[in-house]
Amino acid sequence: MIELSKVRKVFNADNPNEFSALNGVSVKISQHQLTVLTGPSGSGKTTLLSIIGCMSRPTAGRVRLDGRVISSLPERFLTDIRRKTFGFIFQQPNLIKGLTVLENVMLPAYPLGESYSLLKAKAIFGLDSLGIANKANAKVEWLSGGEAQRASIARALINNPSIIIADEPTAHLDTNLSFRFMEIIENFKTEGKTVIISSHDPLVYNSSLVDRLIKLRDGQIEG
Amino acid sequence: MIDWIERQRYIIDFTLSSLLRRKVKNFGLLALYTLIVFILASTMFFTYSIKKEASIILSESPEIIVQKLSAGRHDQFPLSQMETLKKIRGVAEVLPRLWGYYYEGGLGANYTLLVPPVTTNKNGIEETTDSITSVENKENAPDNPDKPLFQYNDTKLKPGTIIIGQGIARTRNSHVGDFMPFRAYDGSIVGFEIKGILSSESELVSSDLILISEQDFRSLFGIGNDFVTDVTVAVVNPHEVSTVASKIVNILPDSRPITREDILRTYESIFNWRGGMMIVIFSAAVLAFVIFAWDKASGLSAGERQEIGILKAIGWETSDVILMKFWEGAVISLTAFFSGAILAYIHVFFTGSLIFEPALKGWSVLYPHFVLTPFISVEQLATLFFITVIPYTVATIVPTWRAATIDPDSAMRHSGD
Ligand SMILES: Nc1ncnc2c1ncn2[C@@H]1O[C@H](COP(=O)(O)OP(=O)(O)OP(=O)(O)O)[C@@H](O)[C@H]1O
Ligand SMILES: [Mg+2]
Repeated sequence: MIELSKVRKVFNADNPNEFSALNGVSVKISQHQLTVLTGPSGSGKTTLLSIIGCMSRPTAGRVRLDGRVISSLPERFLTDIRRKTFGFIFQQPNLIKGLTVLENVMLPAYPLGESYSLLKAKAIFGLDSLGIANKANAKVEWLSGGEAQRASIARALINNPSIIIADEPTAHLDTNLSFRFMEIIENFKTEGKTVIISSHDPLVYNSSLVDRLIKLRDGQIEG
Repeated sequence: MIDWIERQRYIIDFTLSSLLRRKVKNFGLLALYTLIVFILASTMFFTYSIKKEASIILSESPEIIVQKLSAGRHDQFPLSQMETLKKIRGVAEVLPRLWGYYYEGGLGANYTLLVPPVTTNKNGIEETTDSITSVENKENAPDNPDKPLFQYNDTKLKPGTIIIGQGIARTRNSHVGDFMPFRAYDGSIVGFEIKGILSSESELVSSDLILISEQDFRSLFGIGNDFVTDVTVAVVNPHEVSTVASKIVNILPDSRPITREDILRTYESIFNWRGGMMIVIFSAAVLAFVIFAWDKASGLSAGERQEIGILKAIGWETSDVILMKFWEGAVISLTAFFSGAILAYIHVFFTGSLIFEPALKGWSVLYPHFVLTPFISVEQLATLFFITVIPYTVATIVPTWRAATIDPDSAMRHSGD
């Protein structure tokens, strides 16, 4: 379970362009559920996801992961938690150009130093379950938008995270691909993973898969 | 431990593929870097070797050379004056020398002709020495270094024969048994048979050298039996060199004593001039390197920045990113270091510093072909390493440090491709 209490995030503190993106967010996110964050542009969805996913630290407030306070840990520990617990799916695939799909998928595991053959097998398996194993040795520049996103999903799953975070995952997908994406999310749920998605796409937040909808406005939870 | 090795392997792997991904940029970088190392190493090798050669020459030069002056001009030295010199207090030994320059118009080359000094052995029989350590040969050199400048052990020099230096043999394409023609002082042509070619530790001195018998030398240059080119004087007490030199001028006012110090100064000015040229080239290369490393240090390209953001977002630690950049810098700089140093070695010691030749012109025609004896010290290579590889590698890591400490959530924000 993820527990946020009075989380604030201030950008450019003490500067003329100081901006408070989150103003005291307290929320509990349960395990094995699909939680969707929604709200207008600039309401703080991305900022909140990056704090939940240990990508950045809150300016004030606490974040607990399974009861352990993680908001004040030093970078090294945060990285360690991040790569073992969270898998990220970004709005853009954020694949590294010039590398093959397979290499991109394996990349998050490099610093862990596990055996190459095992890692490769895992990556192929991941690509296979997303239906793009045939693209394993293709350079990422050649992929279509949907393929690139599935490659980035495979990459997010390589370290077998228990929580999956997706920021506007359907923003660049057509309706058909968006439905395919929701099918993938459904599989995650059946595998017992916790999924947190930010989206202003009705196709996502009106989906029957959603267990909980959180509405953000001006850095605060509505309702 | 296994994990640690695997981790290095993965990161090196990724580094290499990253380098290949930016082939054009990195190849250009590598070429420029190699060029700079090449110039630095060439100047280093060159100046070091030439200094080393000079010190070998100098360590063997006589304490005093006495020349005869007529109306201020260098003239033949009368043998009769040798006795006067021998009587001066503090003089240990006086030896005559017969040598001269010979200009070969056809090749535009200057040769040094030298009559090997004659010593009297225990049985009172005169014989020529079979090993000479320098042009200004110092007889009975006390601590004779183990490396003579040239030797001609097996060949005995008889009238009508000569022994030539390797530079001459090379330029003229001469072999043992060939006849080499000379134009004597009276205009007649004489030919001498090449009996041997000098083996050489240091071509700097012996490359243009011809050893010739006394009889042939005298008839070639028209020097009478009562004269020699100059004489060398050994002193009893090395501290008295200048005292003895001034006594010589007092007793023989028409003579000119040249001390080893004088020779040293001459050589120094020659080598320093060449060294000076080298320092100019060297500092230009260092400057180029500093600019180059600074450019590298002043930042990462937007692409690199974005890539680091992605790596951090997907779970790489700052230390992983730095490790990657370290390997990147190390791979580039070690490759450049080794290729630059090897190319410089070939350049200086095998091609006779071909590229520097314009700067070194003014050597006799033979000299540009001379090949320096490879003198390389560990310190030189270490210095080169420290002024190139280390700063470059550091320069690659520093900006990464800055980029790596920014929050990984930047990957969630840039608008992508
Ligand atoms: N690094 C930053 N420095 C300054 N302001 C920032 C920074 N990151 C975000 N902000 C600001 O914080 C606010 C919230 O940003 P955030 O990206 O969380 O919004 P969002 O809800 O994800 O919006 P969108 O739906 O458009 O993606 C925005 O006004 C944004 O300009
Ligand atoms: Mg956003």
